[in-house]
Amino acid sequence: MQILIIILQIAVLLAVVLLHVAYTTYFERKIIGHMQVRMGPMRVGWHGLLQPIADGIKSFFKEDIIPEQADKPLFLAAPVICLVAMLASLAVLPFAEGWALADINIGLLFIFAMSSLASYGIILAGWASNSKYTFLGGLRSMAQVISYEIPMGLSLVGVMMLSGSLNLTEIVTAQGTSIFSIYLFPQIIGFFVFFIAMLAETNRVPFDLPEAETELVSGYITEYSGMRYAMFFMAEYIGMMVMASIGTVCFLGGWNGPFAIPFFPPFWFILKVYGFLFLFIWIRATLPRYRYDQLMALGWKLLIPLALLNIFLTGLFKILVH
Amino acid sequence: MNETTTLDVPVSQGDEDRYRLKLGPQHPATHGVLRVDLELDGETILDCDPQVGYLHRGFEKLAEHRTYAQNLVLTDRLDYIAAMANNVGYCEAVEQLLAIEVPERAKFLRVMVCEMSRLTGHLLWLATHALDIGAMTVFLYCFREREVLLELFAELCGARLTTTYTRLGGVRQDVTHEIMMKLERFVDAFPACIEEYETLIDTNRIWLKRTIGVGQISGEKAVDLCLTGASLRGSGVDYDVRKHMPYAAYDKMDFEIPLGETGDTYARYRCRMEEMGQSNYILRQCIEKMPPGPIVGDDAPDLVMPVKPGRKVEVDTSARNGLIKLIDDRDVYMEGDIYVATEVPKGELGFYFISDGMGRPYRMHIRSPSFIHIGALATMGKGVMVADLIAIIGTLDVVLGESDR
Repeated sequence: MQILIIILQIAVLLAVVLLHVAYTTYFERKIIGHMQVRMGPMRVGWHGLLQPIADGIKSFFKEDIIPEQADKPLFLAAPVICLVAMLASLAVLPFAEGWALADINIGLLFIFAMSSLASYGIILAGWASNSKYTFLGGLRSMAQVISYEIPMGLSLVGVMMLSGSLNLTEIVTAQGTSIFSIYLFPQIIGFFVFFIAMLAETNRVPFDLPEAETELVSGYITEYSGMRYAMFFMAEYIGMMVMASIGTVCFLGGWNGPFAIPFFPPFWFILKVYGFLFLFIWIRATLPRYRYDQLMALGWKLLIPLALLNIFLTGLFKILVH
Repeated sequence: MNETTTLDVPVSQGDEDRYRLKLGPQHPATHGVLRVDLELDGETILDCDPQVGYLHRGFEKLAEHRTYAQNLVLTDRLDYIAAMANNVGYCEAVEQLLAIEVPERAKFLRVMVCEMSRLTGHLLWLATHALDIGAMTVFLYCFREREVLLELFAELCGARLTTTYTRLGGVRQDVTHEIMMKLERFVDAFPACIEEYETLIDTNRIWLKRTIGVGQISGEKAVDLCLTGASLRGSGVDYDVRKHMPYAAYDKMDFEIPLGETGDTYARYRCRMEEMGQSNYILRQCIEKMPPGPIVGDDAPDLVMPVKPGRKVEVDTSARNGLIKLIDDRDVYMEGDIYVATEVPKGELGFYFISDGMGRPYRMHIRSPSFIHIGALATMGKGVMVADLIAIIGTLDVVLGESDR
């Protein structure tokens, strides 16, 4: 019975998240459209509301091309690795008090592990396609992941020190219910580093080098088509959501809001996540792209020292207070 | 089977760790069908070899079989982004060869369409250059203004891109009052638009990082590589055909030539942005100073169209802009050769004619700035990263229709 309930919960969570993913693409296209003095999708349904569904059907029925020169098992496995890793990290997210599928004590570490695994998918895709552009995309992704995992992990050490836990639910509870006690204020340097590393981790503009369209055609997804392409796409959007959720949990006080919403506790959580997503999209419409070496320099020379400084300051603060 | 087979074993040359990449011809950032053969070490380019010819249509050979008037339509297809400027360049050259006088109003109209096409060319350059570097929004902002100009072209001559607006000895159609009103509205609004683009990218840290010091080239080197246009002026060399060898009515216009200092991608970007402001200023002068009078000279030759028997052709002779005018073309054309250059958005566009006294050019050569700029890519692309190469292709402002002609 217990197992049945868990399976049901997983199914509901997946359905809800995938629906959100579909409509995040719509959200993104509409917002970017209006920022760029055009309308965005308008044809399918009222104001293009059915566009994500049409896209889904289209990519589902498209021919799935596997290049002859590709390393077939790896080529097939890469998008699955990407998507599964991202979906797995959804399990530990606390959407509201007690609304986490698996409330484990190493939640934060688990998410780091999963997002690193997802980049294996990208690297393998770049390698297995056996094409020049995908290979360069895979290489860039590898370098980017190594450079930005570290500042990202370090930026959250401050949060761990303040809350004394790696459990996501406890991190939220430790921040209290007041808006002034959220970790954004004491951890402002950490948040800054985390936000930039988050953009890089999810391969978004201005760090979208692994799939830089005007340089590498489509980077690691150049050879993919149909549903396999869509799997990478979904993985990217779920990745954005997971990262936005971590930002919400660690810095913005999770599901707590100015007042409680009856019957629907995750309201504030979802609102904050969408706030992050809006920022992602806004940045995409505004900024040009970094160059590969500049990206490395930013990660190693600026973000890592800043994150270390943040840890030092947090430690000093803790010693002085106690 | 006793067939000789060669084993495909690579011969060791000490460069096995080089990564060979053929960038293009199907690539989103090569502005058409440019192919660049690269040898990479990681992401650094060791060797860069641009290949052209994927859009070759044999215009120079084709021109030898067509009359001077017929060749005009070929020039639309050179730099299809700024067809008007090519039309003017071709007509200026043929008119000097045939000693045809152009009336004052036609000269002003030519300057007007030239500057309009310079704006369309520069707007498209800014749009694609920004898109190459990753700034997507500028692209659509630029197309918004470009659309206004293209609509004006369509109203003026019926076509947005392949205009064929000029004629030997003048222009084809006169401007109406509405067109001038619309143009004036555009001229009034455009400076604010330039500011809008600048707010998006001009002081953006990432944009500065991607452009300053990238593709840097000294003035001397730029002259050696035969760069023209803003690609040359960005290095501080003061050369503009409009100023130094004025054609049409440019000698009556008041404008400045913006110059860069550093010769990098950012300097060229600034140069073109200021050129847009100057073009706008010239357009304003055109509107104010536009003289009255005929738009086609009296001795202008035109298409010789055989009238089919049993078909009545109405020729509006009073307005002097009828398309059909039969002349005995043998007398008009003199022997000799001539090179005439004009300043198109990309740089110096030259037409070189050898005439043997027939109604057709014996040889027509087009000095296309894009072709020469692609030649410079081989030098400028060495030792930079792949992302910089894309920025350099953008900043050299090439269009393959003109390069491959």
